[in-house]
Amino acid sequence: LSHGSGGRAMAQLIADIFHDAFDNDWLRRNDDQATLDAQEGRLVMTTDGYVVSPLFFPGGDIGSLSVHGTINDIAMAGATPKYLSASFIIEEGFALGDLKRIAQSMGDASRAAGVPIVTGDTKVVERGKADGVFISTAGVGVLPDGLSLSSDGARPGDAVLVSGSMGDHGVAIMSRRENLEFGVEILSDSAALHGLTAAMIGAAGGALRVMRDPTRGGLAAALNEIAHQSNVGFTINEELIPVKPQVAAACEFLGLDPLYVANEGKLMAICAPQATETLLNAMRAHPLGREAALIGHVVEDERNFVEMTTRFGGGRIVDWLSGEQLPRIC
Amino acid sequence: MSFAAVEPSQALEFRVRGRVQGVGFRPTVWRMARELGLAGEVLNDGEGVLVRVGGAQSRIAALLRRIERDAPPLARIDSIERRRYSGRLPQEFRIAESIGGPARTQVAPDAALCGACAAELRDPDERRYRYPFTNCTHCGPRLSIVTAIPYDRATTTMSPFALCAACEAEYRNPNDRRFHAEAVACPSCGPNASLVAFGRAGAPRDGDAVKLAAGLIARGDIIAVKGLGGYHLACDAANPEAVARLRRLKRRDAKPFALMARDLDVIRRYCAIDAVEERELTSVKAPIVLLRATGPERLPEAVAPGLDTLGFMLPTTPLHLLLVDQFEHPLVTTSGNISDEPAVVDDTEAYRQLAEIASFALTHDRAIANRVDDSVVRVMGGRSRVLRRARGYAPAPLRLPSGFENAPDLLAMGGELKATFCLVKDGQAILSQHQGDLENAATLDDYEKNLALYRSLFDHAPSAIVVDRHPEYLSSKIGRAEAERRGAPLIEVQHHHAHVAACLAENGRPLDASPALGIVLDGLGFGDDGAIWGGEFLLADYLGYQRLARLKPVAMAGGAQAVREPWRNLYAHLKAVGGFDATPSASGDWSALNGKPLATIDRMIEQDFNSPVASSCGRLFDAVAAALGVCADRQAYEGEAAARLEALAAAAPNETRGYALRISESELIDIDAAPMWRAIFEDLRQGVSAQTIARRFHLGLAQSITEVAIRLAAARRFETVALSGGCFQNRLLFENVYDGLCEAGFTVLTHADAPANDGGLSLGQAAIGAAHLMR
Ligand SMILES: [Fe+3]
Ligand SMILES: [Mg+2]
Ligand SMILES: [Zn+2]
Ligand SMILES: [Zn+2]
Repeated sequence: LSHGSGGRAMAQLIADIFHDAFDNDWLRRNDDQATLDAQEGRLVMTTDGYVVSPLFFPGGDIGSLSVHGTINDIAMAGATPKYLSASFIIEEGFALGDLKRIAQSMGDASRAAGVPIVTGDTKVVERGKADGVFISTAGVGVLPDGLSLSSDGARPGDAVLVSGSMGDHGVAIMSRRENLEFGVEILSDSAALHGLTAAMIGAAGGALRVMRDPTRGGLAAALNEIAHQSNVGFTINEELIPVKPQVAAACEFLGLDPLYVANEGKLMAICAPQATETLLNAMRAHPLGREAALIGHVVEDERNFVEMTTRFGGGRIVDWLSGEQLPRIC
Repeated sequence: MSFAAVEPSQALEFRVRGRVQGVGFRPTVWRMARELGLAGEVLNDGEGVLVRVGGAQSRIAALLRRIERDAPPLARIDSIERRRYSGRLPQEFRIAESIGGPARTQVAPDAALCGACAAELRDPDERRYRYPFTNCTHCGPRLSIVTAIPYDRATTTMSPFALCAACEAEYRNPNDRRFHAEAVACPSCGPNASLVAFGRAGAPRDGDAVKLAAGLIARGDIIAVKGLGGYHLACDAANPEAVARLRRLKRRDAKPFALMARDLDVIRRYCAIDAVEERELTSVKAPIVLLRATGPERLPEAVAPGLDTLGFMLPTTPLHLLLVDQFEHPLVTTSGNISDEPAVVDDTEAYRQLAEIASFALTHDRAIANRVDDSVVRVMGGRSRVLRRARGYAPAPLRLPSGFENAPDLLAMGGELKATFCLVKDGQAILSQHQGDLENAATLDDYEKNLALYRSLFDHAPSAIVVDRHPEYLSSKIGRAEAERRGAPLIEVQHHHAHVAACLAENGRPLDASPALGIVLDGLGFGDDGAIWGGEFLLADYLGYQRLARLKPVAMAGGAQAVREPWRNLYAHLKAVGGFDATPSASGDWSALNGKPLATIDRMIEQDFNSPVASSCGRLFDAVAAALGVCADRQAYEGEAAARLEALAAAAPNETRGYALRISESELIDIDAAPMWRAIFEDLRQGVSAQTIARRFHLGLAQSITEVAIRLAAARRFETVALSGGCFQNRLLFENVYDGLCEAGFTVLTHADAPANDGGLSLGQAAIGAAHLMR
């Protein structure tokens, strides 16, 4: 891929790649914008930038990730994702084949999720001004009236659930990026969660208080954020938190705590205590929630601490990290 | 009582400051004054004790001498000011009512059972015969039972126990050693011991609870014992099966167990005791003393796996004495907890945590208000060094050096592991008892609870908060939040600077003294360059420091995981000295590395993936230990590898040669272990024993440290060297460095009253914070 010199022809080539991969009525119109039908309820909108190294990793790539991530941000509000947009910053010299692969993967992810990419843009920048390709996706969704999920909604006594094993994505990325082998290949969990969230809302409705996808910073960051936003604390139980044995082993080797490692296809939900069973059952009935688990509860705590009962029956503070996982041991 | 005017010229008033309340000070003065036929009165006030006395000049002087010489055992006089007194004095010397004033009095540390109470305990004619809660003004609980000030019975967990007439009479009688002993009790009015069954056994057992408990221990049971500042778990230390079971159930793989014996003779069967150690064991502080296990008899290896020391204490409470009195040999008395939890203080919690470990609890109905762990000391270089400062020590203030008299009130938050905090108040540093690892939720709760308690006990309103610079220390986070809430200035202090300052402060180095060379050897601390430090030579005073030398930094593959797995440090060190393949060997020669995924470690280090570099002395110890097959795969507790390495080295007493380290010529001197690794490799190949290698490492490291100090002193003007950091708990390293520096003509300051480890950090932070505020 070259920058500048190719001019119109190159721009057209790139545009075609995406048009072919994403193909839908809106894109076929070739307008600079998409015209969308007005929707019932409230609109939910989000935007996210994707900068991933490596671009291709076990279980996904930057393309599928940029679709799943934005869909999940909408879904966590309890909304139904409707449309996506995508914008690409491509580094000069980036292999056309890789770009096609990414586009194809995005198109597949969007079709599988039933959320079309209705508008987009591409820019090629000089070598060194980007790292391969950066993707920005925005999404629009619809939130039915009467449903309200937000991060300040957790109440003491509420149950804390996760939809499956923690840390898969981060470990998959790191082991590929650093070329670290752990015997068993660990796959990213990258997935669109709006089907799961729809099932959860259907089952628990207003008893559902908060949903969050524990991406960067992992479950620990998500819990700490909600603790502050809701002005509560959490007690969670290490034994109840699903972590795949190979992920646990890789984390142990790398000196990482799986609770701080990113997920891209898992969610954490907080619900009123009486809805716990119903919600768990609904989650487990969905393919992306088969390993859903109750991991703890919301408690009153003005210090907003996340406290974990360890495997040994002790209590550990799972604190917010201001930086990387710096050793504290003296 | 008759009052008569006394000539003003013959009357004096003494203002006594220090720990002089609640320790039997007033009745002692009262007795002395009466014996000398003096008139006057003695009273408590907000600043301590006032003695107003009239009579012949020589007799007043005699009284002053006797007060200074024969103060009660728990008292500590910091100063006596004298001035003329012109008021009226009672003819018959009396103990007057206390007068109010700002609280500046001191809550005393808990004190071990005194000789007089021990004698009563064993005397069938005494009404407190075998009474497990006997105490007097010279002994018994203090900090562990206090809930608020002023310190009297109503503000302790003795408040539910109304004094009987006999106890009341003793409490009111200045001639009695229980005069105003707030915890005074007897079988008819005080707390009672009981034996409570955990689990299936059900109801409490009738009979003498202590004797029943002793019977259970004798048959191999593990018993929870509610002590002074927390529960213990006790079993027969001579019963290998019981000790092994305790290890398994407590989930404590290797950390040494503390031992309690009824007297010194029992301890001498297992350990050598020198005069300083004997004094420590029998002191009112009654700490655990780490002793060389060189006695004629041996305890099971599981008591202190891989170590050549045993931690012994004598009975600290009557309950403990009654219990261990039943045994010819020691009991294990380890803290009552699971794994890394703090010792349990609460009865319900004891049941929850300890019921799976202990069959019964020897307990009682006096609540423990505050967790106060057993203190630990080690005698090195002929002086007792406190390693864990808690029962018997806290909250006794440490006096800050000259220049700090007008230091503003401030609060220093301490470290993360072995956390303590420190208040500065009236030129004194009040160092909290050992709190423990703050990442543990129960410990953190305790830490915050104790912060509140100390503030109320010492009527403390900090004008500034001092924290370690580490971004993730919970103490630093709490401190930052506290500073923000109060709108108080926040002072951030570098970890190793705080270590040096703690040593300077404890040794009375004046505020305006010239910089001294601080040599700080520890595990890890956050450095000012964002890297991890831990083998530092800092030319420092209270206001600042200059880093002059360090151990050469080496990567920690996997961050904190490298602390748990010493083989990682061995590999990183070998890699750093020129690559693993560059050493004259194949990997097979380092058996600790057999089968390890070294290629992955290579990539982690090369790509700087969670592999911060650290100039850490602790990691160097780990690496050498791993090379000798000591804890190579994993260490079960912090410092295990180093402690075992020291034990190995101690077993080769005749070796005098040390491995040389290379000292660089650079601006910031690097101490490089490369030549040592080649020498260790050669020694291993020639079949030199692990003991000899371990000793050569210790000696070589000590020699290099001395050499660096000498070299630095040649270029800069300093005569004083301060030693700090957890690595100086190692006797062999400490004594060799100390002797080497003394021989080289340095004045060497060392820790004794404050721990060299991170337990002393808050003291150093406090001194640095105060220095900055007074600048
Ligand atoms: Fe330290
Ligand atoms: Mg987002
Ligand atoms: Zn006594
Ligand atoms: Zn009584």
